[in-house]
Amino acid sequence: MIGIIDCGMGNIASIKNMLKKAGADSCILSEAKEVENADKLILPGVGSFDVGIGRIRDGGFDQAIFRHVEKGKPLLGICLGMQLLGCASEEGQEKGLGLIPFRSVRFRFGEDSELKIPHMGWDYIRSEGENPLTEGIDDTYRYYFVHSYHALCEKKENVLFTCEYGYEFAAGVVQGCVYGVQFHPEKSHKYGMKLLGNFIRI
Amino acid sequence: MRPRVIPCLLLKNHGLVKTINFKNPRYLGDPINTVRIFNNKEVDEICILDITATRENKAPDIEYLKEIAGEAFIPLSYGGGITSMRQVEQIFHAGYEKVIMNTALINQETLVREAVAYAGSQSIVASIDVKRDILGKYKCYIQDGTTVTDKSPVETAKYAESLGAGEILLNSISCDGRMKGYDISLVQSVAEAVDIPVIACGGAKDLEDIKKVITEGHAHAAAAGSFFVYYGPEKAVLISYPAEEIEKMFPKV
Repeated sequence: MIGIIDCGMGNIASIKNMLKKAGADSCILSEAKEVENADKLILPGVGSFDVGIGRIRDGGFDQAIFRHVEKGKPLLGICLGMQLLGCASEEGQEKGLGLIPFRSVRFRFGEDSELKIPHMGWDYIRSEGENPLTEGIDDTYRYYFVHSYHALCEKKENVLFTCEYGYEFAAGVVQGCVYGVQFHPEKSHKYGMKLLGNFIRI
Repeated sequence: MRPRVIPCLLLKNHGLVKTINFKNPRYLGDPINTVRIFNNKEVDEICILDITATRENKAPDIEYLKEIAGEAFIPLSYGGGITSMRQVEQIFHAGYEKVIMNTALINQETLVREAVAYAGSQSIVASIDVKRDILGKYKCYIQDGTTVTDKSPVETAKYAESLGAGEILLNSISCDGRMKGYDISLVQSVAEAVDIPVIACGGAKDLEDIKKVITEGHAHAAAAGSFFVYYGPEKAVLISYPAEEIEKMFPKV
């Protein structure tokens, strides 16, 4: 069973709907004690960094997530949920979960750039290296993004996907069984279905 | 990243309709089925507007919106009849990424601010409905085009940006359903005045119009109704979305 962590942030209904369509049962977890029943976890998130991490800690989800990961069970963070996997963010003062060594920084463009923040819309991604989550995902795959901050990884080995917006940034991160994607697979029709299907099969 | 091309669907009592100049809604079919078709055609995003909710003083029909969202694995936005934070939260929980505010933008400044604080700017869209008066002057309307306001489109857009809205849905009442092209100068004036993205809506008949409003009007995205639901000069109802042509029209950068 896949558990979707519900801290009152993010598009829980869409994730559940898409997992169902991809053939997986899922359960919305609104209490930390329910986490141990999940084989896999999804951490969604929309909103600001400090509010997000605050809600996770207040609900005791942080400890439950650590226990889940220690057992080697897969975890996927989506959008803000991905950024929360890192150590910190320019958006806030709080520390992240620190499961993957990266921090999130705001997009920075030159003064004459016409690029808008947030990076909003469909964009192509590139899989970096071989991983069960990237299987079959080539550079014709596009995903829906809405974000103003992006991951900056300390080590290249933690970069799972890259995307280009003004410059190349990490659109996906990985460390062992912990995965994060900046884009919204639950809102990226067949391309998102492919990625969540890969996650189901890990 | 290429500009988004967005079908704009109008609801009236659980039916999908299309208007001309915001009037004479023609029934087209079942919204849930239509959204499913658009989903399969890989649209960029869908914008759903309930055109009678505010006028008839009805709250958003959350259960129905949930049903629509159930099969849509694409970004969705919803507008119509939103008057409270509880409704805003319910719409997000129902599976929508963005809420669209038009009447509330003018009448409920606090609600807009609270919605921005709750969901972030990127999730709040300010809808500005514009009509030219007899002298050719642009006037902004609320309550589904029935009530005129005293601000110009540029003033309204700047005001929306100051409240924290993350996007402007700029709808031309004069061009709506006419299929004679967007009001390029209107779009240009608003797009130049604000730093947030502007979605142009109203008047598209083909992809050329869409290209033009983006290249000449400087819109960041283009929305259309008739173009995606009608076929041929007799306006037969046919749901279409040229995803491949759209991909090719804006080459990868």
